[in-house]
Amino acid sequence: MGGYSALRLLREGLRDQRGWRPAWRSPKLRKAYDIVIVGAGGHGLATAYYLARNHGITDVAVLEKGWLGGGNTGRNTTVIRSNYYYPESCALYDLSLRLYEGLSRELNYNVMFSRRGMMILHHSEHEREIAARTVNAMRLNGVDAELLDRDEVRARAPLLNFGEDARHPILGAVWQERAGTGRHDAVAWGYARAADRLGVEIVQNCEVTGFIVEGGTCKGVETSLGPVRAGRVGMAVAGHSSHLAAMAGFRLPLTSYALQAFVSEPLKPMLDCVVASPAHGVYISQSDKGGLVMGGALDRVPTYGQRGNLPVQEDVLGGLVDCFPAIARVGLLRQWAGIVDVSPDSSPILGPSPLPGLYLNCGWGTGGFKAIPAGGLLFAHILAQGAHHPISAPFDLTRFERGRLIDEGAASGIAH
Amino acid sequence: MQVYTCPFCGLRDEREFFFAGEAGAARPDTTGPVSDAEWAEYVRMRRNALGRAREVWMHLTCGELFVMERDTLSARVLGSVALRRAPGGREGADGAGSVDGPDGEGAP
Ligand SMILES: Cc1cc2nc3c(=O)[nH]c(=O)nc-3n(C[C@H](O)[C@H](O)[C@H](O)COP(=O)(O)OP(=O)(O)OC[C@H]3O[C@@H](n4cnc5c(N)ncnc54)[C@H](O)[C@@H]3O)c2cc1C
Ligand SMILES: [Zn+2]
Repeated sequence: MGGYSALRLLREGLRDQRGWRPAWRSPKLRKAYDIVIVGAGGHGLATAYYLARNHGITDVAVLEKGWLGGGNTGRNTTVIRSNYYYPESCALYDLSLRLYEGLSRELNYNVMFSRRGMMILHHSEHEREIAARTVNAMRLNGVDAELLDRDEVRARAPLLNFGEDARHPILGAVWQERAGTGRHDAVAWGYARAADRLGVEIVQNCEVTGFIVEGGTCKGVETSLGPVRAGRVGMAVAGHSSHLAAMAGFRLPLTSYALQAFVSEPLKPMLDCVVASPAHGVYISQSDKGGLVMGGALDRVPTYGQRGNLPVQEDVLGGLVDCFPAIARVGLLRQWAGIVDVSPDSSPILGPSPLPGLYLNCGWGTGGFKAIPAGGLLFAHILAQGAHHPISAPFDLTRFERGRLIDEGAASGIAH
Repeated sequence: MQVYTCPFCGLRDEREFFFAGEAGAARPDTTGPVSDAEWAEYVRMRRNALGRAREVWMHLTCGELFVMERDTLSARVLGSVALRRAPGGREGADGAGSVDGPDGEGAP
């Protein structure tokens, strides 16, 4: 299997594309591994890659009940940013952003990370106060941030609603220049290919149905293809974390909700950054293919059905038309939903579970795509060492008992 | 658009309802000492069940609080029963029979 390069593209082009090989193997499930990871989303695959690459642990299986990248990683709206409020979050998400900056090269796979910048609008004097505070906090945490006024917003996104009759008049925005978007599938595929090449085995169509527990310790998993023993087990199953936790005999502080997204028919370039409006509860960007990629708030009904309900569709699309009156007549191409695992403080959970031998990577909720490189790197550290990395330590499950929450839900100014 | 049953008003648009939380969470007995772990278990931890779930909902337009039993995968509603007791201490009326009373244990 050769690497990907411009030269290779040219060569394959000249010989009818006959030289391409599958990007990863489809190995048979074996009976035992050093480490088993449940869930081949971005977090599970990145974890496997960094286990092999940073810790030299290659006897690793990633078990996936469907197809790799078929969960939230393949359903999200691909916003990558680190404009969070608390130092703990900035350390985590900015590490991730920095890893994204070099990821295509690292994986030899074009993840199409596009640093197009993101603005979070504010629509009232009060929101502006909070926005200024957020910018200051981000800068203190070493993250780039700028406060834009109304004219600077207009220069960047002239199609926004600056009319006198706008329901929410635009006063300005918090701007993060280094934020952007990426190609979600490519992130899953790139990590899968790179992990596979280092010896990791990715087994698809293999559902974990229980845990093997001996002497109070997790010794492996039961699967639809038979039992598998493991030195350590890590789970990265997003919206299904509570379901797996129940199999392991404990509960998590998570609620699973549907988060919807929409994409429009392709249009000529009309928006070259990401725009979010907390007051409208919506955000939007334009993909390289020209489609408007749009999202908003969670459905308020806890669910595992990957559909999404109509009231939220009305709110989100109505809010977007309020923001960008010009798109009122644009046709929608697709609508879908993913099941996200929302924690009480909108921050993830990383580290040991109440069952020794089983480790958690969950609680990313509506915002874990941007965190895939860091989540993988930190979870690999945790699984390899059996102990926290300094950046992951604050996100331990025990914070809910200690009361030391990282309450980004209230502080980041993001709709969900 | 989905409709839910308010035990007081009958079938109504889902937008009129508010999800208040899981049913059957028992507050720790504060007549004795309660550990941080016990409080965390009560305040933060959730069953978040895949499949059958018992939940407390409010019908915002009339203010009725009730227990709804739903399937969280198919979104099917299996029944609603009022949390309020009728005068004389009887269980709330009009509820679907399949739902446990408000003090009942959560489904496994
Ligand atoms: C509509 C939408 C928009 C979003 N927008 C953004 C955004 O703009 N920016 C951002 O940063 N984040 C966003 N997110 C959140 C982001 O998608 C997730 O946080 C992230 O993808 C989680 O990755 P993961 O690898 O943990 O989970 P997933 O990608 O969901 O992977 C989990 C995998 O586990 C598998 N699994 C589950 N149960 C089992 C089992 N029993 N056995 C084996 N395998 C199992 C699933 O099939 C799945 O493939 C969005 C999410 C949605 C739904
Ligand atoms: Zn009612």
